[in-house]
Order: sequence, then C-alpha cells, then structure tokens
Amino acid sequence: MNLLNIIEDIHAADPEFKDRISPRRAAIKNITSFGTKVAAAALPFAFSTLFKKAYGQTATRSVNDVLNFALTAEIAELGLYNTGLSRAGLIPSQDVPAITLLRNVETKHVEFLRRTLGSNVNSTNASLSFAANTPNFDYTGNKGLNTASTAPFPNVFTNYDVFLAVVNAFEDTGVRAYKGQAPFLLGNQVVLTAALNIHSVEARHAAFIRRLRTIRNTSLTIKPWITGDGATASGVASPTLAATAAATVYAGEAVTTQAGVNIASFVSTSAAQESFDEPLTTDQVLNILANFRR
Amino acid sequence: MKTTTQEDVLAKEGMARRSFLKFAGAGAIAAGVVATASSCQKHDGVVSDPTAIDLGTGDLAVLNYAYALEQLEAAFYTQVISSPYANISTTERNYLTDIRDHEVAHREFFKAALAGNAIAALTPNFSKINFADRTSVLSYAKAFEDLGVAAYNGAGYLIKSADYLTLAGKIVSVEARHAALIRTLLGIAIEEDTIVSVSGDGLELSQTPQKVLDQANQFLSGKPLIAPNLM
Repeated sequence: MNLLNIIEDIHAADPEFKDRISPRRAAIKNITSFGTKVAAAALPFAFSTLFKKAYGQTATRSVNDVLNFALTAEIAELGLYNTGLSRAGLIPSQDVPAITLLRNVETKHVEFLRRTLGSNVNSTNASLSFAANTPNFDYTGNKGLNTASTAPFPNVFTNYDVFLAVVNAFEDTGVRAYKGQAPFLLGNQVVLTAALNIHSVEARHAAFIRRLRTIRNTSLTIKPWITGDGATASGVASPTLAATAAATVYAGEAVTTQAGVNIASFVSTSAAQESFDEPLTTDQVLNILANFRR
Repeated sequence: MKTTTQEDVLAKEGMARRSFLKFAGAGAIAAGVVATASSCQKHDGVVSDPTAIDLGTGDLAVLNYAYALEQLEAAFYTQVISSPYANISTTERNYLTDIRDHEVAHREFFKAALAGNAIAALTPNFSKINFADRTSVLSYAKAFEDLGVAAYNGAGYLIKSADYLTLAGKIVSVEARHAALIRTLLGIAIEEDTIVSVSGDGLELSQTPQKVLDQANQFLSGKPLIAPNLM
C-alpha cells in the first residue's frame, strides 16, 4: 500500500482533498502530535482519523466553533465571580479564599482558550468583558431588562445563598456544555484532551459549590452530584421565577438508562441518575446563557 | 512473521523521530506513512502475554480500561461501607454510600455493555489501606478519584466512537465531583497543582493509560493489567 499514491488518487477525484487534510486545517492541527506522541501500534487509527476529520461530521462544527463557544461560557462565568468578589460584604471572609481560587482557575481557562484561538477569537467573544460589573451580562437572569418583577435572581449580589445558587447553575451548565461538545473533537489529541481537562475542573467546582451550599443551609437536600432534574437537582424551589430558571440547567438529568443499559436495575433510581452526568446541546447552552446576556 | 516497520528502521538507525518527520516533509504525510507501515504489523495479531491481562485494542480496550478502574473503585467503597472507619459521621457515611453506589453503577454498566468482550473480574488488594482509620480511607479515596479522572481524560482522544466518548464524559465528571467532595471532607484546598494546574492553565493533569495502570496494579492481586495498544 502506497499512501502517497492513494492521496494522489483521491486528489484526482477530489481536488480539495489536500486542503482537507492540510495541517493548516484546524481540525487536524494536532497531526504532528500523532507523529511524535502516538506509537506505531496505534497509528493505523491516525490514518483513519485523518479521513474522519476530512469528511466526518466534525465539519459541521469546527474546532474553532467549539473553542469560541466554550470561551463565551467561560467569560460569562468569570464575570459572575469577578462581580461577586467585588461586592463588599457579599462573600463571608472564610469563603473568600476558596471563591478566589475558583475565580483564578476560571481566569486561566479564559486565558488558555483565548491563547489557543489566537486570531480566531470570534467578534462576539472579542467584545465581551469579564470584568467586575461587566456591562455584557445581567446575572439577575433578566436579560438586562429594568423590570425587577421579571428577574429570577434579583438579589444575586446582595444575598450570598442566591449568589452561590447562580454560580452553581453556571458551573453545572459548564460541565454539561463541554460534555456536549466533546464529540465534535473526536480523536483530536490536543484539543479534545484540553477540553476534557477543563470539563473535569468545572465538575470539581460545581461539586464544591453544591457542598458549600448544603453546609450553609442544612435543610437543602442537594448533593455534590446531580440528583434527578428540576428543583431536586438545582436546590432552588422558590420563588417560581428562580426555580424555573434554575431548572432549565438540569433538563434531561433524570435519565436512568445509558446506552440501552438500565442502570436502575443495579442501584437505586437516584443513584442511577447521579452516576451519569448528561450533556447539553449547543442550543440548550446558548438558551441558558441568553437569559444572562444584556 | 514480524514485518519490519518504519519504527524499527528508525530505531536501528538511531534517527530521532522528530527529524524523520522533518525529513519526510508535511507532518500529515509522515504520520500516514508510519501508519501504513504499522498496519502491516497488525496482521501478526496481538501477542498474548501469559503473565498479564492485556486490555486489547481499539474502543474495547478503552472500555475495558474503564471497567478495570471502576472495578477497583467499587471494591474499595464496598469495603469502606461494610467496615466503616471509627466514628464515621452520618453525613460522611451517606456520601460514601452514594459514591459506592455510583461506582457499582459504573462497573455494572461496563460489564453489561462489554458483555462477552469484558475482561474477567479483578481481585483487588487493599492491604496498604487501613479501613479503620478515617484519614487513610479518605486519602485513598482521593487518590482513586483523582486517578480515575486523570485516566478518563487521558484516554478520551483514543476513543473512536462518539457515543463511547460521550459515555466516558458522563462518567468522568461524576468522578470529579467525588474527588471534590472527598477534598472537602479532608479539609484541603479544592484544587492544587499536583492535580489541576492552578498556576498553569487551570487544566486537570490527565495521565496516560500506562502511568495509570502502574498505579492501579499496585492495588491488584494476580496478573497485572497491561495496555500496550492504548497509546
């Protein structure tokens, strides 16, 4: 089998083939990593992956699309932390170090994504601010409207428990968002691995915030993991506007069957729900974020 | 019959891999050439090692890798709950029971999904762990959870099926939630540089299957796990 001949043959049939597999294409930017990091035994897959990347479903959503999408979510999250930390008296002094650590790590994620995208940062992300009191986001969940009666979280920066509930919602949305994007990065050693390495950190943050909320409010029945959906998952049962807004973050989390396997036949229904976190689609995430955009 | 691969030639000639790639021109073409050569080697089949459990090739190897780690975690928490450490609080018992159930769910899921392709049940060896001591138990719990997260993250790119990748993603975030909770029980920082590069890019430090198995094998009796095709 002569690979060079095959590439020439394909090129004759598809003049764009060489461009499709060119390292200039972001989708296969990691191809040099295949060369240096993947042992020969695994390399047959490198070639099949090359074809998958040239013609596969990833074409509908590029690596840059995924990274820009992640960057938008991270900027929104970072603005929330920065604004919260800027409000005197909101965060109890004993919690400031932990919240600051989470903020600092989110800052690293934003910097990492911006650096990775380089000149491919899209115009939306280039225009967004994550500074304290960012003008781009309305963390009351009211889309920048002045009608206080329609805000799900009007006291997000004056009531610490509400602040934590909103942070919780953002972190869990982040976990579900990265999970939903992973298939678009299938086989991409560099970018998929980086995305997974952010995904698990978001999950660590979400679990920590959920634990913190239950330490502060012992009547709250949420756990570090997600039980069911709706208020059971969010820990926000009232007022109605807040409960509805928080519930959208957990749509689809109550499933107990995975790849046709009934998990509830092994453990309790709640454990079956908790043991697998569910992804959100791109549109579901954008709809959640839209509630917080001005 | 073993076919001489490009890799063998490079090794014999002592030619650095990097300079070979440069020599061959475009990285994509070079990777393809090596891939072609090694695919000839594949016809030799997997050489079975009677002294080890080989996790195999392709997505089945990744799934068996996950199945092995989940077996280890499930066995650990099952013992934690059946012989709880001294003065365990209700809160801690409830959390650790939940985690045991999650790990059992993961183990049984992989067993059912792999069916006839599953590796055999493993025999854990937890002789290093003092199950009567809270700090010992929680420290090992933290180690197992951090290892699990690093393992799933490090193997994700090896998965060829989008469905399997999503399933791995569904599980790894739950392992990360466990890791975070255990840290709060131990009263230590939520993240530190040995696990998440707090002072770097804020990324989890994923690990290769080889490094993970070196650690996992320390908690197994009998044949060690090997995954020569997972790299």
